[in-house]
Amino acid sequence: MSSKETHKPAVQTTGHAWDGDLQEFNNPLPRWWLWAFYATVVFAVIYWVIYPAWPLGRDYTKGLFNTITYETSDGRQVETHWNTRARFLREMQAARAKQEQILQRLAGVPYQEIAADRELSAFAYSMAKVLFADNCAACHQSGGAGVAGLYPNLADDAWLWGGTYAEIEQTIRNGRRGFMPSFARALDEQQLDDVATFVLSLSGFEVDPEAARRGGAIFNGQAGGCYYCHTHEGTGMTSQGAANLTDAVWTVARVQATAGVEANKEAVKAVIRKGIQREMPAWAGRLDDTEIRILTFYVHQLGGGQ
Amino acid sequence: MKHEKIETNSGLLIVLTLIVISIGGLVEIVPLYLIDSTVETVKVEGKDTIRPYTPLELAGRDIYLREGCYTCHSQMIRPFRDEALRYGHYSLAAESQYDHPFQWGSKRTGPDLARVGGKYSNQWHVQHLIAPRSVVPESIMPNYPWLMDTLLRYKDMPARMRALKKVGVPYSETEEEYQANVERFGEEVAGWLDIRRAEQNLLKQAVAGNYDGDNSDVTEMDALVAYLQVLGTMVDFSKFDEGYFASFR
Ligand code: HEC
Ligand code: HEC
Ligand code: HEC
Repeated sequence: MSSKETHKPAVQTTGHAWDGDLQEFNNPLPRWWLWAFYATVVFAVIYWVIYPAWPLGRDYTKGLFNTITYETSDGRQVETHWNTRARFLREMQAARAKQEQILQRLAGVPYQEIAADRELSAFAYSMAKVLFADNCAACHQSGGAGVAGLYPNLADDAWLWGGTYAEIEQTIRNGRRGFMPSFARALDEQQLDDVATFVLSLSGFEVDPEAARRGGAIFNGQAGGCYYCHTHEGTGMTSQGAANLTDAVWTVARVQATAGVEANKEAVKAVIRKGIQREMPAWAGRLDDTEIRILTFYVHQLGGGQ
Repeated sequence: MKHEKIETNSGLLIVLTLIVISIGGLVEIVPLYLIDSTVETVKVEGKDTIRPYTPLELAGRDIYLREGCYTCHSQMIRPFRDEALRYGHYSLAAESQYDHPFQWGSKRTGPDLARVGGKYSNQWHVQHLIAPRSVVPESIMPNYPWLMDTLLRYKDMPARMRALKKVGVPYSETEEEYQANVERFGEEVAGWLDIRRAEQNLLKQAVAGNYDGDNSDVTEMDALVAYLQVLGTMVDFSKFDEGYFASFR
C-alpha cells in the first residue's frame, strides 16, 4: 500500500488523548456552513427588532416598523403591533371586503331573486356545498339523502317542517325537535296491529279493510289520538313536524314498497310502540345569517322546495 | 475550562448539559407565567364564563384520555381563515386554563374538536362513537361500543377533583372556597364545582342530560358525550368585540 500513503494533514488536535492514542482533530468548519450560520444570526437580530420577541418582566418587546390595522365591530380603525390575532382579523376582513358586494346581495335580496340570478346562485351554491359538507353531511349525508330512520332525506320533496324558504330557514336557524310519544302502554297489541294497518292503508297498501276500519277509529278517536298531530286525513302537520302518512315517503318507519305487508306492518308498529325523539341542532350561534341563508337556498334547491 | 476537565467528569458534564438545555425552556416558558396578557380575561357581567368541568364532564374527559382520542383529534383552532371557516372562532388560552393536561395536540387524523359542543345531537354522538361508519361512511375512526355497556366509575370523583385543585383548578371544598366561587362564577356554577357535592352533581347532570338516551344507568357514554357537548361552548363570542381578544397579544 505504498501508493496510498496516509497523509497526516497539519491540523491541530483538541489537545487530549484517550486510551493512549485516540485524538480528536480540530478542523475548521466548511466555509458555506459558517456563512450560513452567520446569516441565521443576522436574520435572528432583524427578527428580534421587527417582531414581538423579548420578554421584559410583565411585558415584552412588541416589534418595530411592523403594525397591523384592523376594524372593530363598531367600525373603529385600530392599529396594533404585529400579532397573529390581528393578522387573522385583517385577513378575515380583507376576504369579506372582496366578497362584500355579493355577500350583501345574498344577505338582502329575497330568495327568489338569488335563484333567478345566475352569478348569485352559482356563488351561493359553491359556498353552500362546503358549508353543508362541514356541518350537515355527518347527519344528512353528502347529497342530503339522510340515514333511514335517523336523519331525514333533504333531497326528496316531503317536508316535516315545511319546504318554503322561510320554514327551511327557521329549521336551520333554531333547530327542531321531532317528537312523537310512545304508545307501548296506551295501546295493546291488537290495537297496535290495527292502527298500523290503517296507517299503511293511507299510502295505498292493500290491507285487510276490516282491520283498517278498526285502526281508523283508534287513529281518529280517544284511544290513539293520532289525528291530533297527523290530522284526520293523516296528512301531517308542519307546525308539529308530524310526518305526512299519506305519501309513500317514510322518514322513520322502515317501510319498503318491495317488502310484504306483514313486514311493513311490523316496521310501523315498532315506531308507534317506541315513539320518536329526534333532534336537529340549532345553527344560529354557530353560522352567521348569510351562511344560514346560503344553506337555506341550497337545501331548498336539493329537492322539492316550495 | 479545558475540554478534558468536562469530558472526564460525567457529573459535571450532566450539570452543564442541564444548564444549557434549560435556558431554551426557561426563556420560552417562564415569561408566559409573568406576562399579564397570556390568559385572556373572559367575563360577562362581571362573572367568569369559562369554568372548570363539572364532575360528569371531568369523568368524560378522563375517558377521552384513556381511549386516546387525542392521538387523532386536536383541540386547538388556530387563528387562520380556513380554520375559522371550518371550525369556528380560534381557541383562546383561557379556554384550556383548567385542562390538566391540555388537549391542544397537533395531530389531526380526524377533525379538530375544540368547538364540537352543540354541533351534533347526543344521539348522533352515541351512534357515531359506537359505529362511526354508520353515519360517516368514509370514516376511519375506530368503534367504541363498550362505552355504552360500561358503567361509569364515579366514586373517586372527589379525589380526582382534589388532585386538580392541587394544581390550581378552583374546585371548592370549604365554605370559604365555595363563596369565592359564587363571587367568581355565580351561584349555579359554583354549585357544580363543589367537591362535597360531586357524586350528587354527577348523577343529577347525567339524569337531566340523558346523554346516551338510556336513563336507567350512568355509563361511560353519558360522561364522554357530556364532555364532547361542552367543548368550546363556554364563551359567547357575540358578546365581545372582534378586536378584544387581539388586544391580549
Ligand atoms: C346531529 C345531526 C344533524 C345535523 C348535524 C344536521 N341536522 Fe338537519 N335534521 C336532523 C334531524 C334529526 C332532523 C329531523 C328533525 C325531526 O325529526 O323533526 C333534521 C331536519 C332538518 C330539516 C327539516 C327537514 C324537513 O323535512 O322538514 C332541514 C331543512 C335540515 N335538517 C337541514 C340541515 C342543515 C342545513 C344542516 C347543516 C347546517 C343540518 N340539517 C344539520 C339532524 C341533523
Ligand atoms: C304529539 C304528536 C304526535 C302524535 C300524537 C302522534 N304522532 Fe306520529 N309522528 C309525530 C311526529 C312529530 C312524527 C315525525 C317525527 C320525526 O320525523 O322525527 C311522527 C311520525 C310518525 C310515523 C312515521 C312516519 C314516517 O314517515 O316514517 C308514523 C308511522 C306515525 N307517526 C304514526 C302515528 C300513529 C299511528 C299515531 C297514533 C297512535 C301517532 N303517530 C301519534 C307526532 C305525533
Ligand atoms: C384513528 C383516529 C381516530 C381516533 C383514535 C378517534 N377518532 Fe374521532 N374521528 C376520526 C376521523 C377520521 C373523523 C372524521 C370522520 C368521522 O366523522 O367519523 C373523526 C370524527 C370525530 C368526531 C366528529 C367531529 C366533527 O366535527 O364532525 C367526533 C366528535 C369524534 N371523532 C370523537 C372522537 C372521540 C371521543 C374519540 C375517542 C373515544 C375519537 N374520536 C377517536 C378519527 C379518530
